[in-house]
Amino acid sequence: MLSGTGSAQDHALPDIHSRQTGRSSVRRFTQYKQHSITGFVLEINDLHAGIGDREILRGITLKVNAGEVHAVMGPNGSGKSTLAQVLAGNPSYQVTKGTVRYNGLDLLEMDPEVRAQNGIFLAFQYPVEIPGVSIAYFLRSAYNEIRKANGQEEVDPLEFLDLVQDRLRLVDVDESMLSRSVNQGFSGGEKKRNEIFQMAVLSPRLAILDETDSGLDIDALRIVAEGVNKLRSPENATIVVTHYQRLLNYIIPDFVHVLANGRIVKSGGKELALELEEHGYDWVQNSAGVGAGAS
Amino acid sequence: MSSGIEALVNREYAYGFVTDVETDTVPAGLNEDVIRTISAKKNEPEFMLEWRLKAYRRWLTMKEPHWGNVRYPPIDYNSLVYYSAPKSVKPLQSLDEVDPELLRTYQKLGISLNEQKMLAGVAVDAIFDSVSVGTTMREELGKLGIIFCSFGEAIQTHPDLVEKYLGTVVPHSDNFFAALNAAVFSDGSFAYVPKGVKCPMELSTYFRINSKNTGQFERTLIIADEGASVSYLEGCTAPKRDENQLHAAVVELIALDNASVKYSTVQNWYSGDAEGRGGIYNFVTKRGKAAGVNSKISWTQVETGSAITWKYPSVILQGDNSTGEFYSVAVVNRKQQADTGTKMIHIGKNTKSTIVSKGISAGQGNNSYRGLVRVLPKAEGARNYTQCDSMLIGNNCGAHTFPYIEVQNNTATLEHEASTSKIGEDQIFYCKQRGLSAEHAVSMIVSGFCREVFKELPMEFAVEAQQLLGITLEGSVG
Ligand SMILES: Nc1ncnc2c1ncn2[C@@H]1O[C@H](COP(=O)(O)OP(=O)(O)O)[C@@H](O)[C@H]1O
Ligand SMILES: [Mg+2]
Repeated sequence: MLSGTGSAQDHALPDIHSRQTGRSSVRRFTQYKQHSITGFVLEINDLHAGIGDREILRGITLKVNAGEVHAVMGPNGSGKSTLAQVLAGNPSYQVTKGTVRYNGLDLLEMDPEVRAQNGIFLAFQYPVEIPGVSIAYFLRSAYNEIRKANGQEEVDPLEFLDLVQDRLRLVDVDESMLSRSVNQGFSGGEKKRNEIFQMAVLSPRLAILDETDSGLDIDALRIVAEGVNKLRSPENATIVVTHYQRLLNYIIPDFVHVLANGRIVKSGGKELALELEEHGYDWVQNSAGVGAGAS
Repeated sequence: MSSGIEALVNREYAYGFVTDVETDTVPAGLNEDVIRTISAKKNEPEFMLEWRLKAYRRWLTMKEPHWGNVRYPPIDYNSLVYYSAPKSVKPLQSLDEVDPELLRTYQKLGISLNEQKMLAGVAVDAIFDSVSVGTTMREELGKLGIIFCSFGEAIQTHPDLVEKYLGTVVPHSDNFFAALNAAVFSDGSFAYVPKGVKCPMELSTYFRINSKNTGQFERTLIIADEGASVSYLEGCTAPKRDENQLHAAVVELIALDNASVKYSTVQNWYSGDAEGRGGIYNFVTKRGKAAGVNSKISWTQVETGSAITWKYPSVILQGDNSTGEFYSVAVVNRKQQADTGTKMIHIGKNTKSTIVSKGISAGQGNNSYRGLVRVLPKAEGARNYTQCDSMLIGNNCGAHTFPYIEVQNNTATLEHEASTSKIGEDQIFYCKQRGLSAEHAVSMIVSGFCREVFKELPMEFAVEAQQLLGITLEGSVG
């Protein structure tokens, strides 16, 4: 089980992924002092996955430690979303080979909701509409479900409304959004912002952002990136999946990986993103001997 | 008939089989003697007996309707018992004899053990709070001149009102099941709200004294006099077991000038075991007459129970500027079948009707919406809006829509929207990714789908209905 109840100062939401015993109101809980931080590790080893007969990921190996930000870049169709979805447990994809360990647990054995309850969050490239279900209700249910799974008490609607206020500000979202149906009639940018808002509320251990920058104008991009940065802490990790470099001007990654044809063809520090920007994806694919035009 | 508290308490004590006659029974089968006996046992005035007999003679000439999109084995009407005094219905001895599925559902709904027993038809020896609540409530209503009692009691205490309105909306000859009901109906509810009175509380069968086990042929009559308004709740969310498989109820609503009647139902009769065995056949005739100018009749129904549902709560828009509404959620799972919808009959000028139907099919359930909008020649400026949405969960269920439109006045405006959607794997995964279980996800998605209907329900009812929906759909996704 994940432990550690610490929260950064500007990260006032209660940590819902840590076990809490006995009755405790949220208010009291938010005043918890930071203590024992244990970092977690995500270890992906030789992961192969696909849909039906079609293999999309062909041997991904990647290690992510708590406190790190990894960028996964690559041309369209290289398998970035597939990797994100497989980590989140989308049953449409079949894992054919390899292992993923998360904090010592076999991630692939866990149901998607259990992964979420253990702190894995995916900001979807294409967020799904749920007509008639308000964001407030949806997100409170999720929040409470995660709390319950971690032995904490549920919060009531008013408490919840209270505690999401600073999260709304963090991503500059108006409170009125809470009463809108989940993603229904949202612009592309609103959907992405809503994903980050949800992330901010659920304060995951491992956040995977799949093309969160696409559909955002430059102002929105900055707001979202600032939000992500504020949520960074020594015990959380983020995997930023993106086609473009520009998001990485705002969210500075510790590591950059380039995905092509279902494999990581190059890894490096943040400067790799800039090189890519300059030379294009063909450059890595060539230098990695993968052959141009593979995308 | 006494309504003293002591008598009531004793009735409840005897497991609430409401009766004012001692324990004999009438043999199975139906003939004029049986009807005379029923009427006599209920000590009814002559006009009631005549009406019952008229209905019976008519019924003999009618055929059971089979146009509904439902299938069931033939019903042998001569094997049914049409008047059963308390002792003939043998209560089960303990909860051990009840379908465990049903018990699990009760637990999920948080229903007390005693109430579980009552609902499941197990003998109980407890006195329920509802008795005193009911009594207090009746006193309060009495001060306003509102009559709210059992049908049987109304026949005794207000025969004039019963005679004046009975059968004016659903005539004795209306259809096969309605005629049968008219001939043999056992009991039901009666409400009358006098001129200008707004009924200050929701009237509910649950709290009505004498409401337990009104039986398979229930009859309800609700009248809102000029300028009056009333909201009525039928049923409760807990699944009820019943010895009688065939239920043929009739509900008549009447709204006079500037009056309104709102009728909300949560129907959750036992739907049978996994194979649908033992579930209720719910063949109901419900109709309201918006008789006066500016009058309004509004139906809201959440249908989750019964093995078979056949019902079309309808509105006759007779008064000029009158309004009719039908908001419906019908859910079928496992082997349930529902053929339900409405009829809006526009007679008066500038009459307006709204139909919102949400059908949800899961398991091997089969769900049909059947609706008629008829605009008669004098209905200048009539308007109807119909929205009819179906949602499918899984690949073995069915959803059908049968909208009928008959317009005889070319100033009418009719709008019809329909959609069919499948609950998406992507929606469920999105919810799961946020930490919700598949079941929670389905119930949330379905509740969202039904939101327009739920918001018509009284608040606590809506919450319960939502919860109920989730339980009904349990096991419908992996
Ligand atoms: N549901 C699917 N069915 C069939 N092929 C798919 C599906 N999802 C993705 N693919 C294929 O897998 C490859 C990788 O897709 P994806 O992971 O979405 O790439 P990226 O996110 O890097 O653009 C693409 O060729 C795409 O067409
Ligand atoms: Mg993608």
